[in-house]
Amino acid sequence: MGADGTAEAKTTYREAMREALREALRADDRVFLMGEDVGRYGGCFGVSLGLLEEFGPERVRDTPLSESAFVGAGIGAALAGMRPIVEIMTVNFSLLALDQILNNAATLLHMSGGQLPVPLVIRMTTGAGRQLAAQHSHSLEGWYAHIPGIRVLAPATLEDARHMLAPALADPDPVLIFEHGSLYNVSGELLPPTDPVGLDHAAIRRPGTDISLITYGGSLPKALAAVEELAAEGISAEVIDLRTLRPLDDAAIAASVARTHRAVVIDEAWRTGSLAAEVSARIAEESFYDLDAPVERVCSAEVPMPYARRLEEAALPQTADIVAAAHRAVG
Amino acid sequence: MSVARHTRTRKDPAHPKPVMKTAADKKNARTEHRRELLEAMLRIRRFEERCVELYSATKIRGFVHLYIGEEAVAVGVNGALTPEDAVVSTYREHGHALARGIAAEAVMAEMHGRTTGCSGGRGGSMHLFDASRRFYGGSAIVAGGLPLAAGLALADRMRGLPHVTCCFFGDGAFAEGEFHETANLAALWGLPLLLVCENNLYAMGTALAREHAQTDLAMRAASYGMPAWAVDGMDVEAVEQAARRAVEGIRAGTGPHFLEARTYRFRAHSMYDPDRYRAKVEIEQWKERDPISLLTDRMHENGELGDKELARIEQRITAEIDHAVEAAEQAPEEPVENLLHHVTSASAEAVS
Ligand SMILES: Cc1ncc(C[n+]2csc(CCOP(=O)(O)OP(=O)(O)O)c2C)c(N)n1
Ligand SMILES: [Mg+2]
Repeated sequence: MGADGTAEAKTTYREAMREALREALRADDRVFLMGEDVGRYGGCFGVSLGLLEEFGPERVRDTPLSESAFVGAGIGAALAGMRPIVEIMTVNFSLLALDQILNNAATLLHMSGGQLPVPLVIRMTTGAGRQLAAQHSHSLEGWYAHIPGIRVLAPATLEDARHMLAPALADPDPVLIFEHGSLYNVSGELLPPTDPVGLDHAAIRRPGTDISLITYGGSLPKALAAVEELAAEGISAEVIDLRTLRPLDDAAIAASVARTHRAVVIDEAWRTGSLAAEVSARIAEESFYDLDAPVERVCSAEVPMPYARRLEEAALPQTADIVAAAHRAVG
Repeated sequence: MSVARHTRTRKDPAHPKPVMKTAADKKNARTEHRRELLEAMLRIRRFEERCVELYSATKIRGFVHLYIGEEAVAVGVNGALTPEDAVVSTYREHGHALARGIAAEAVMAEMHGRTTGCSGGRGGSMHLFDASRRFYGGSAIVAGGLPLAAGLALADRMRGLPHVTCCFFGDGAFAEGEFHETANLAALWGLPLLLVCENNLYAMGTALAREHAQTDLAMRAASYGMPAWAVDGMDVEAVEQAARRAVEGIRAGTGPHFLEARTYRFRAHSMYDPDRYRAKVEIEQWKERDPISLLTDRMHENGELGDKELARIEQRITAEIDHAVEAAEQAPEEPVENLLHHVTSASAEAVS
């Protein structure tokens, strides 16, 4: 990761997240950050740069390469009264901690008959688009959204990067935050939140009347770009940013489809068994009679992510694919 | 409970202890302590024998892993811990839970799947919990409790609390990555963690030597840079002494310690296991070192345990377990409307 290269007045997604971490560490002694290279290195994507100097090695804690041990240690520390934020470098490596996340974090409250809530936050980078090939390009947040007992967040905007961490820490149960790697350098003016930033609701990022583009995370900028192209053709598209992937905001999805009668679901994960499949199924269940066209999905091609630029671009959902799907739906 | 507890003259306020301990006082205290150890081991043994009956009668179901033969480990280690210390256990955990003071009634009710169980009936035999006693279960993923234990120890240290976290796991778990990751992490950070490896020579049907290239587990643990030693896991007093030494070291700030308790399970791996992978004669040989007989023999030799005394202890335990079974059978089952409780902290209130 290079330097941000952004103008002074603007804030990057990375800085917004760092500010959220700083605020959390200042606000509560129980909060600490741990993970591989979060301290001296400053985080593999530079998110925690400078926090070691400010908070010291006890609270910005470099761990050995042992995803299972330090994620599990986060769970144990949460049980014993701390409020850990565990950073896993990327979702690809979270597979080595899947046992702890699924069998302990998500399960302890239930197995113990309600005695042991796990107030833990786990952050990780997700997604493709940087020619990192098949082992560094997964979008597995949909897998995690499959699991009862955890909350799954996908902040896609500067505001959400800045403001979703505090409510995540206040949640008594485990929260997973997925940060799409392509978003870290996104910059803009960080506006103060108008309402308290909650974790229960999807957001309408662009209101529209003809079609709903339902997406989250790294696909949001692509959906917003599609809105412009569609607008030029006289098609008014609404963009729903799911924000929280579990639990899904069913009401927001249904309300949008009730307005537009058409939906395209955009999800960078593989199509089969994806979150897009879940959203589509819910639309079929809840909004069938509101629909004027079949639900469209724009997902990644079913292939391990290739390195070659042209192939990677072809594998990923692109703005043109979203526009084409919208055309099919509008007919 | 229908049987009264016998009065402990040692603690009787009518007979204040003299300031100087005489040799006789010391002997009395030792006798008293041995009786406590014996009673704790017998409680586990009789509890699990009853579990076998209840399982055969299909009153309890699921996977049930018996600890019979290994009681000295739980009881001996518990003797070195304070009530504020934390314990993380495995699926073979009835002994750990009972030794930690979780009532037989609560464990039995859990195995019956009742709301009065120590996990409200959501856990069963493999997932016993008691937050008030810092008993953190109850993990059925081999080695899955180890990282958790490291975190409990880390939190206690960060909060400036003098507690130790004790984690029990098997020789099979020693082969898992989670053990090695945790051993490294705990040693690197100097965590107040007591790692107790219950080496019963088998991981299900796989004998130690068929699963470890180097079977000296304590030696391998020491290579992580932590004090580690093996102890006769059939001798409850030896286990207690070893655990005390380790816990003292941990409280003195010398980081994690590893204890390899060499023990043996007398029963099959679980109620499903036909136990075809080991020789009957091997089991019989180990039974000669039954931890309970080992202690009662020692006490008999020293004139510390009369037949009447032993009968009284047995009677008391039988009454306790009778009562536990009775209470469990009468305890309410959870209504199906509560199915989605305890999925998230909010769901307990959301669904009723
Ligand atoms: C990760 C994992 N792999 C496999 C199993 C199935 N299994 C349950 S107990 C067990 C043997 C464990 O042996 P050990 O750690 O020595 O403990 P013991 O049962 O002897 O007390 C196995 C293989 C499991 N529960 N978890
Ligand atoms: Mg074993």
